[in-house]
Amino acid sequence: MAQTVFVAAQPHHSRMYWSVRDTLVLITRNLKRIKHEPDQLAGAALQPILLIVMFKYLFGGAISTGGSENYISFVIAGIFIENAALTAVTTSTSVATDMLTGVIDRFRTLPMHKSAILTGHVFATLFSTMVGTVVMIAAGLIFGFQPHADTIGWITALGLTALVTLALSWVAVLIGLIGKSVEAVQQFGMILILPIIASSAFVPTETMPKWLQVFANNQPMTHAIDAVRALLLGQPVGNHVKLTLIWFTGIIVVAYILAGWLFRRKTSN
Amino acid sequence: MRRKNSVATPSAISATGLTKAYGKTSGLFNLSLDVPVGSVTALLGPNGAGKTTTVRLLTTLTKPDSGHATIGGYDVVREPQKVQSIIGVTGQSASIDEKLTGLDNLVMFGQLHQLRAKDAKVRAMQLIKQFGLSDAANKPLKSYSGGMKRKLDLAASLIVAPRVLFLDEPTTGLDPTSRSAIWESIRELVRQGTTVLLTTQYLEEADRLADTIIFINNGRIVAQGSPAQLKAQLGATRFVITAATEDDFSKLASLAPKQVLTTIPATRTVSFATINTTLGGLQELATLMERITDAHIAISSYSVEQPSLDDVFMRLTSNHNEEKK
Repeated sequence: MAQTVFVAAQPHHSRMYWSVRDTLVLITRNLKRIKHEPDQLAGAALQPILLIVMFKYLFGGAISTGGSENYISFVIAGIFIENAALTAVTTSTSVATDMLTGVIDRFRTLPMHKSAILTGHVFATLFSTMVGTVVMIAAGLIFGFQPHADTIGWITALGLTALVTLALSWVAVLIGLIGKSVEAVQQFGMILILPIIASSAFVPTETMPKWLQVFANNQPMTHAIDAVRALLLGQPVGNHVKLTLIWFTGIIVVAYILAGWLFRRKTSN
Repeated sequence: MRRKNSVATPSAISATGLTKAYGKTSGLFNLSLDVPVGSVTALLGPNGAGKTTTVRLLTTLTKPDSGHATIGGYDVVREPQKVQSIIGVTGQSASIDEKLTGLDNLVMFGQLHQLRAKDAKVRAMQLIKQFGLSDAANKPLKSYSGGMKRKLDLAASLIVAPRVLFLDEPTTGLDPTSRSAIWESIRELVRQGTTVLLTTQYLEEADRLADTIIFINNGRIVAQGSPAQLKAQLGATRFVITAATEDDFSKLASLAPKQVLTTIPATRTVSFATINTTLGGLQELATLMERITDAHIAISSYSVEQPSLDDVFMRLTSNHNEEKK
C-alpha cells in the first residue's frame, strides 16, 4: 500500500497562531458533537423557541409587569440569559466528560495548546447561545415582542448577553472540573439557573417579599437583565450597564483563573 | 535554550532512575530502560505492576518524582511539546471522543497535530481504509464495537507517523481476529522504522511482537532480555517421552531420576529436564535416547518442548509471592 508520510510541515507560525487555531479546531469539535446528541441538538435548536412560546402563553396571561409593555417584551431579556444558563449546564457536563474519560489523555499527548480544551468549550457555548439569541429575537417578534432599540442599543444588548454567557460558561467549566462524575455535574450545574430565578428576569422584583427583593435587586443577574431589557425597549439604563460590565468581567477573570489552576492541578498527577 | 550535546542519540527511549510513588508500596521505583531505534519492547507484568505508570511518565502525562527520561533525545519534563510532536500514544481506555464520528475524530486529532485541514482529512481517510473502518467512518462512536474503537484509537496515534509509539495494553479485551489485525499493524509500523513500546498482560503478545521483554512487578524490573534469552535463563527445554507399556513406563521413570520433572502414569509420559542448555539440549537428547535404547525400553513417542514465557512469568511472580510471606 502506498503510504504518504504526513508530518506537521506547516510553515512556522507564532505560538499565538497555533493557540487560536487549536481553539478553533476544538470549537468545531464541540459544535459537531451537538449533531450526534439528540438531547443537545433538541436543546440547541428548540430550547430558544420553546422558551419564547412558554413565556408567551404559559405565564404571559398570569403575570402583570405593571409597565406599559407586553409580557413578552418584558421577559425576553430574561429569556436570553435563561437560555445562556441552560446551554452552560450542558457545557459543564461536556467538560466533565472530557476530564473523566480517556480523551483528555489523548489531548494531553498532542503537541497542542492545552488551554484550547477549555476555551474551545467556552467559545462553542458562546456561539450556540448567540445563535439561539438571534432565533429568540425572531421568534419573539412573531409573538409580539416590540423592541424600541436603536443600533447602538441592539449592539450593546447583544454584547452584554455575550458577556454574561462567557461568565456563565467559565463558571460552568469550573463546575465541570470540580465534579467527580458526569451525573453529579449535571445536577450541580443547575446552580447556574438559580440566580436567574431570583432576579428581575420573569417578574418585577417589587412583587417579591422584602428579603428576596434586597437580594434580587443587588445581584449581578438583575443588573444584566435590567440593562438588556432597558436597551431593547429603549428605556433609560441607569447604572445597570456599568454594573453589569464590572460584575461579569470580574466573574470571568476569577472563574478563568480558577479554572486554569484547577485544570493544571487535575492534569498533573 | 538549545542543547547541542543531545545530537544523534541512538536510543529512541532512554530512562534513568524513573521513580513515581503512589503511597509507600505502589508506583514505579528506579526504572531505567533503553529502547533502540526501530525495536519493539514489551513491558510485561500483572495488574498494578507499574506498566501504565511507566507509559504515562514517558508520554508526558505524569511527571516523575525523580529520575529523567528522553524520547528521541527530547526531555519529557523540559521539552514536553517536542516529545509530543514525535510520539503516538494509545492508552488503556479508549482516548477518543465518543460523541463524534470516527472520521471527525481522526480529522480533529490530525489538525491538533498541526496538519492542514485538507491534509488531516486525506490522512484520516487513509487510516480509516487501512483499519477497515470505511463503513463506519461517518457513524458516531456509540455504534462502534470494542474492537472498532480500539482500531480507531490506534489509528489516532498514527496520524503523523510517530517516531515512537506507545501502546498501553493494545489488545486487551479484543477477539482473536481483531488482535491479530492490530499485531499486523504494529509489525508494519516497525518495518517502516517506528520504535514501539507496548505493555501487555499477554505473554503470547510479548513473545510474538517484542525484541526485548521487560518484566515488571511491584514497580520494579524483575527480569529483562529477548524472549529467547528469558526462556533460556528461566526455563529449560524439556524432553517428553511416552513409554509403550506400563513396564517400560516404570523403567523410564527410574532411568535418570535427577532429570525427571514430571511423571504421568495415566498417559505413561515422563518429562525430562535438560541440564546443560548451552548445547541446545541436542547432545543430551542423544545421550538420553542412547540410554533408553540400551535399557531396552520401548517408547511410543517423544517430543522436545521449548519453555514458554508462561513458565518465566509463573516463576517470577511466585518468587515474589514467597518473598512476601
